[in-house]
Amino acid sequence: MSLDDFYRQTILDHYQNPRNWGTLENPDISAQDANPLCGDEIRVDLKIKDDHVEAVRFSGKGCSISRAAASMLSEAVEGKTLDEVKQINRDDVLDMLGIELGPVRLKCALLALKTLKVGVYGVQQSWPGEEEDE
Amino acid sequence: MKTLAPERRVDFAAIRKDFPIFQQKMHGKPLIYLDSTATTQKPVQVLDALERYYRTYNANIHRGVYAIAEEATTRYEEVRGKIARLLNARSHHEIVFTRGTTESINLVSHAWGRKNVGQGDVILLTEMEHHSNLVPWQMLAAEKGATLRFIPIDGQGRLDLSGLDKLLDGPLKLVSLAHMSNVLGTINPVAEIARRAHARGAVVVVDAAQSLPHLGVDVQALGCDFLAFSGHKMLGPTGIGALYGKRSLLDAMPPFMGGGEMIREVKLSGSTWNDTPWKFEAGTMNIADTMALGAAIDYVQAIGFDAIQAHSRELVTETTRLLGEIPGTKIYGPSPEERGGIVAFTLDDIHAHDIATVLDHEGVAVRAGHHCAMPLHAKLGVAATTRASFYVYNLPSDLVILAEGVRKAKKLFSR
Repeated sequence: MSLDDFYRQTILDHYQNPRNWGTLENPDISAQDANPLCGDEIRVDLKIKDDHVEAVRFSGKGCSISRAAASMLSEAVEGKTLDEVKQINRDDVLDMLGIELGPVRLKCALLALKTLKVGVYGVQQSWPGEEEDE
Repeated sequence: MKTLAPERRVDFAAIRKDFPIFQQKMHGKPLIYLDSTATTQKPVQVLDALERYYRTYNANIHRGVYAIAEEATTRYEEVRGKIARLLNARSHHEIVFTRGTTESINLVSHAWGRKNVGQGDVILLTEMEHHSNLVPWQMLAAEKGATLRFIPIDGQGRLDLSGLDKLLDGPLKLVSLAHMSNVLGTINPVAEIARRAHARGAVVVVDAAQSLPHLGVDVQALGCDFLAFSGHKMLGPTGIGALYGKRSLLDAMPPFMGGGEMIREVKLSGSTWNDTPWKFEAGTMNIADTMALGAAIDYVQAIGFDAIQAHSRELVTETTRLLGEIPGTKIYGPSPEERGGIVAFTLDDIHAHDIATVLDHEGVAVRAGHHCAMPLHAKLGVAATTRASFYVYNLPSDLVILAEGVRKAKKLFSR
């Protein structure tokens, strides 16, 4: 894959102008997680109304892939029910990014999803996708 | 210390041709390998030694009396002697084969530490340690109720020894430190610290994973009690390294692991131990990689540590100059004169992963992350750095390609 394919325009756009970036005051759900490999940290805040995601914000620090994934994910969860959010899996995130990733950058791509799952399930999950890596 | 050898030109471009990996391309471009701090590439001489063992005298050591078993045993013990001479140990009895630096340090923390460190004792480390020289001591301290202290680093990434007397005060049992930082490249004044630690009765452990390949070490000049290194960071294979230990200390230590070959006599009621160093080498050792390590040591010594150090300094100086011309780069650590062949840097607020991915597409392999030194990065105030590190197969032309790649990353990610 060429560099231009890897850092395709949509990824750079989400990196440079991340959607729903920041924090919420008095969020109903808030979760944080980190990628111990590279020190990336992500926090997600959710405002829930009638079981629907009324507002979502991601914040933290990370590489372009982790930030773009968070930005794309935030657009995907807006307005969804919590059950629908729980249905989002690693393939959905990889489809949004639209690139092939090696095992190290895969963890960057999935950090936002992992943090979101920690939030909606309220418990620490294994890495999303780990169960499928067997 | 040793005197400098007479000026001798080493043809590093010719050296590069000994490394088969550089015949292949990465993303269609020549591989520029700048991650030797993580592991070095292997010359054909090392690969041949590995294969020669398996093809011509593969047999277990210290057991059989047939010809190839005798040959394997003789050559295995020859490499031990080679390491003893390399480190200027007093005897080959002071060299224990291990999987590498991490296992060597764990051997000391288990076999020496558990016997000699107790409740309230102090272990002194530094803020720039690799996790391999931090986590084993945290585990020992937790088990024994001992306390860890840390020599701080200054703004240039050098050890700040102004408070050393205070840090050495109290029930100090052990000082363990890197001879050369794996992130900053800083060369630490080990001899001075060892002298002052010994005056307090402490034992001194040196992590030579980076310094041995880049500077060479002399355990008697350093005055250390233990020294750990890995073969794969000095052109050897993975999975083989050694621990140097003073004979008197090794003799007084219990074994690290139990099993075959480390015993003198075994009865169902109990066992007695083999002599130093074999009492620390339980089970079938990594014979093949030991043979290859012997070839790696020959290769490195033929170039000479003075030439390697001068070459590293030239590459570090050139990297510092080229990256310094790019606005937004920040280089961590001391001046090129005070460091080995390592340059860690950041570029604006662009993440190290993104810089490394752009460089990868230029064929340039660098490390991005915290390089197994999270506390050091916390002190530097960054989550991750990009690290370029050099060895004998690198040339100044590699650095031009590195700098071009960094400029490309800056252009791509500027916001």
